[in-house]
Amino acid sequence: MMERVPREYLLRVDRLIQGAVDFLVNEWRPAFQAMRYPIGRMLDGVSGVLEAMPFWVVVVLFALAGWRMAGWRHGLFCAVSFALIAFMGLWDEAMTSLAILVTAVSFCIVIGVPLGIVAGRSDRFWSLLQPLLDVMQTTPSFVYLVPVVMLFGIGTVPGVIATIIFAMPPIIRLTNHGLRQVPADTLEAGEAFGATEWQSLVNIRLPLALPSIMVGLNQTLLMALVMSVVIAMIGAEGLGLTVLRGIGALDVGLAGIGGLAIVLLAISLDRITQGFVRLTTPSGQRSRFKSMITRFRTEGAPAQ
Amino acid sequence: MTAKLKADGVFKVYGTQPEEALRLARQGVHPKDVLSRTGQVVAVCDVSFEVGEAEIFTIMGLSGSGKSTLVRCLNRLMEPSAGSIQIDGEQLLQKGPAELRQVRRTKIAMVFQNFALLPHKTVVANVEFGLQLRGEPRQQRRETALRALEQVGLSDWANRYPDNLSGGMKQRVGLARALANDPDILLMDEPFSALDPLIRADLQEALLKLQREIKKTIVFITHDFHEAVKLSDRIAVMRDGRFVQVGTPHDIVLRPVDDYVENFARELDRSKLLCAGDVSPMRVPLIRADAVRADALRQLLMANKPHAVVVGPDGKPLGFMRGQELEQARDATAMSDLPRRAVASAFASSALIDLYRACEGQAPVAIVNDAGQAVGAVDAGDVLLHLSDHARRSPDGPSMQHGPEMLEAAQ
Repeated sequence: MMERVPREYLLRVDRLIQGAVDFLVNEWRPAFQAMRYPIGRMLDGVSGVLEAMPFWVVVVLFALAGWRMAGWRHGLFCAVSFALIAFMGLWDEAMTSLAILVTAVSFCIVIGVPLGIVAGRSDRFWSLLQPLLDVMQTTPSFVYLVPVVMLFGIGTVPGVIATIIFAMPPIIRLTNHGLRQVPADTLEAGEAFGATEWQSLVNIRLPLALPSIMVGLNQTLLMALVMSVVIAMIGAEGLGLTVLRGIGALDVGLAGIGGLAIVLLAISLDRITQGFVRLTTPSGQRSRFKSMITRFRTEGAPAQ
Repeated sequence: MTAKLKADGVFKVYGTQPEEALRLARQGVHPKDVLSRTGQVVAVCDVSFEVGEAEIFTIMGLSGSGKSTLVRCLNRLMEPSAGSIQIDGEQLLQKGPAELRQVRRTKIAMVFQNFALLPHKTVVANVEFGLQLRGEPRQQRRETALRALEQVGLSDWANRYPDNLSGGMKQRVGLARALANDPDILLMDEPFSALDPLIRADLQEALLKLQREIKKTIVFITHDFHEAVKLSDRIAVMRDGRFVQVGTPHDIVLRPVDDYVENFARELDRSKLLCAGDVSPMRVPLIRADAVRADALRQLLMANKPHAVVVGPDGKPLGFMRGQELEQARDATAMSDLPRRAVASAFASSALIDLYRACEGQAPVAIVNDAGQAVGAVDAGDVLLHLSDHARRSPDGPSMQHGPEMLEAAQ
């Protein structure tokens, strides 16, 4: 036997964590329960809207979004994808997943962008935030689930909360990055013309950081998609649950169509949010997209 | 001349312990020695100057001479370490943040070397930027911005984005943005340095033309002596954070205080290689001694010159006369009745620098051929204009071509 640290000298980090979570559960549970409220409300609202629409309306809407954001090929792709999901009988699950995504990403934007702005303006705040983001991004997603269940319970809303935590880092990082790469001479011009800090933020920093923030949005969306599947394990509904059920019943077909639906959803949304990046990038810097854009933006596109 | 902008004993020290460096610099220690003794960079060292209303004051120096730092001290984009700056007699350095913003929004605007336009705003929105910052209503600021764009000749481009514009056009937008604010003082930090020579010359002329209308107080930064000579009422030559010479372009070319300044002047005179006969156009009119007064006046008016050279019936220069005297002498009918001053003459082959020296004192010089007949006449303005144009046309070296066709053209 190799020498090991004697039992009595072991650091009981596990107990420390257990104690901390217990403390939070016992003392702060009402606060955590209260956090469920806005998320639950938004989730219900989004689900309600999505469910109220006939499936073909959603198909058409995504086809239009895909066309305008990424060209007609992608519009076609979106139409086919959503129609296929509907005809595979996974429509309700897909709409639930979509509602989870929309809710989680909205909260990521509402919380993450302001944090990123503060981080972009204060080196000190950024140096505190950075290790926290590393922890958030590297902690295996399963590990989130235990404390989330203890604090928030099980079901779709705790699942959304886990998704928010998991998916938030990219949008914070890229907001911060975007703000920091604003050219110094542009900021100097603002100052020379008498801009206040706030005016400089609204008129110069944020607009110039917007493409970067949109990349963050895209990354956050993809991470949320990943997590929206994992959270099926704590009872969240949606396509993840379909996959989980298929695996549990050794039904490869069911797991397979669940997985396929997720991939189709992911590609559709990814390309659409990439379009946001392009839209917010000043024209001269997007020559890569130019031929495509000019073809599809000249007819009736609102001058932006 | 009332001083619009006045700087007095301005210092700017970069570094962690400016006090010691400042003390040494005040004692007259050279910035280079201050750097080696304290590790602090004295970027601007005891600079004082005044700029009058409607004056173009150029600060000229090589890179690292402190000119960009100095101009940023004037609107406190950089905080001077010591000294005072006055605008209209008001102390700038004592102002709080809100007051300072007010000054920047209304009194002093800036044009940048790299344009510093906002790529996400249209051209007209960029021009509106300063007005937007000071909270003007949308309609009103749009009108002002469009007027400013018209002044710089870019009305047709109002709704484009800066990325669609060439460098020269971008800087016109930068200029329009500054003008839209209707400031008293324009700070121009190497505004034309990033442009290629032809565009640069275009913009220089556009600025001069504009200045005749707007009559702003302009502090212009450049490293290009040609540009300085062409644009300025006065030039300050800056080196190692200090002004080595301040004077009119004429002074600086003809009476450089040291080798450093003279080098710039020499740079200007490729003129040693150029000949008097090269100057074109020769705009000082030649007036025959037997011409009638009305004709003479018309000739002066058309040439837009304050003086003319009078030539005899044999074509030889007799002297020069001032337009003012001609105007006053209402009863004189012939040119011969008017007072004449001695005129210097130069051969078409004389060196241009000699010609320029002869032009000193606002007097024209007649260019004569071998027979002593005047073929044209020039003054300092013509020579300077020619030099700066020449530098733009042939950056590789002066052309040596001058011959009968040019002399004919002058006649």
